[in-house]
Amino acid sequence: MKEIIKIENLSKFFELHNLGKYIKACQNISFTLHEGEFIGITGKSGSGKSTILKCIYRTYLPKGGCIWYRSKLYGVINLAKASDRQIIHLRKKEIGYVSQFLNVMPRTTAREIVQKAVLDIGYDIDYAKEEAENMLSHFELDQELWDTYPNTFSGGEKLRLNIASAMVKKPRLLLLDEPTASLDNESKKLVKVLLEKLKAKGTSMIGIFHDLEFMEGVCDREFNMKTGNFTV
Amino acid sequence: MYDKEQPILTIKNLRKQFGKGCTICRDLDDKNIQKNFCPVCQTVYACRDVSFELYPAEILGVVGESGSGKSTLMKCLYFDQDVTSGEAYIQGYKNGNANIFAETSQQKKYIRNHLFGMVYQNPYLGLRMNFSSVGNIAEKLIGAGSRNVGFMTGRAQELLGNVNIPIYRMKEAPKNFSGGMQQRVQIAKALSNNPPILLLDEVTTGLDLSVQANVLDLIKKIQRDLKISMLVVSHDLSVIRMLADRTIVMLNGKIIEQGLTDQILEDPQHPYTQQLVHSLL
Repeated sequence: MKEIIKIENLSKFFELHNLGKYIKACQNISFTLHEGEFIGITGKSGSGKSTILKCIYRTYLPKGGCIWYRSKLYGVINLAKASDRQIIHLRKKEIGYVSQFLNVMPRTTAREIVQKAVLDIGYDIDYAKEEAENMLSHFELDQELWDTYPNTFSGGEKLRLNIASAMVKKPRLLLLDEPTASLDNESKKLVKVLLEKLKAKGTSMIGIFHDLEFMEGVCDREFNMKTGNFTV
Repeated sequence: MYDKEQPILTIKNLRKQFGKGCTICRDLDDKNIQKNFCPVCQTVYACRDVSFELYPAEILGVVGESGSGKSTLMKCLYFDQDVTSGEAYIQGYKNGNANIFAETSQQKKYIRNHLFGMVYQNPYLGLRMNFSSVGNIAEKLIGAGSRNVGFMTGRAQELLGNVNIPIYRMKEAPKNFSGGMQQRVQIAKALSNNPPILLLDEVTTGLDLSVQANVLDLIKKIQRDLKISMLVVSHDLSVIRMLADRTIVMLNGKIIEQGLTDQILEDPQHPYTQQLVHSLL
């Protein structure tokens, strides 16, 4: 299997100028993700798990090391040094990110949110509508909610919408930052089914889950932040 | 396609100073000028070596404190003010090879009427308050070369309808409108000549939250439907978070940081940007 992500000595610290402090988030992290593989990252709170995902997604600027990504758009590219425009295109077409929090445009309906993700890739509106409905149905989001704003949704509904909008793009690389943290067991099962489907279609994934039982079923390998090693 | 993406607007080393400068402030390296004002000769350095690129269908946010040079930058681009030095190139104008700041006033008028749309913070700057709303749009269309009254009236009604101005108020002068309506008429006027670039200078400042929301939704809709590139100046980080793909941060006339909007807001690098983000309520 080809490597899709190769992280070499990734380091990230935050320089807080007004306090004159450096906060170390992660240091010398190295691992490789193969195409179609699912890696789970484990470690205690504050160990830098989310930092790794945010560095890959470039919400954080890495301070050292390389994140080599084998993209369709640009070939092999170092995400740590890629231009902002390259990152924008990669986010639209190839890399998805799901966090615990739904961060969307206000006054946008659930249907529009999912549709927009498909339109961004370049598909037409009819296909986007169809895909959005399929995805909202899959996550059993009540049909009455499709044309309402998510600020009235429960935590679980917001999360399901969040995951739906990331997964509808069928990204090549999906980053999952504790997406099941506040879901009930039924919703977790739905997420798991979809993750398995995406994996079967070749999507590579890196995920952080507190629910180790959930991880055991879907992850190929676990990366332990404390030891810096993998367990299978 | 993505490797060879060309910017629609390229700004290189734009400088704008008010005053002639003196030997003391002129000899100082820009990095050493802590303020954009020389206490000896009273020269204000409003924009200093501002360089950036705007890409097709992109919304680029510009943030910074009051007096950081954001609005001056917009006014220079719209030729409301002459630049002291610098270059700007537009992809759709002479194949992107002509520095628009060095063009004749006639050419500048053409660029302003065909390639840019501008929405000012103060509607009094962008609208003729005694003309009707339709008349305001017709004025812009006449500037762009249109002479057909029927076409201009139809276009004005279409645009005003798109920004939700009721049909029975279209012939009313904007001075009778609320702040939000005036901004919407300004947006309609700015869009009347189908410009590839829209300049928005603090368009939601001073509006109440629900009106602000209407205007922001309208801007987002325009960007989505018309794929126009936009330069959005705001000191409201929530507006920038909502609208912009990339953001530049200005301080004392200089760009101190630029990057992806989420990166600027979650991992700011410059001390001022950190202070700005930490001030967010």
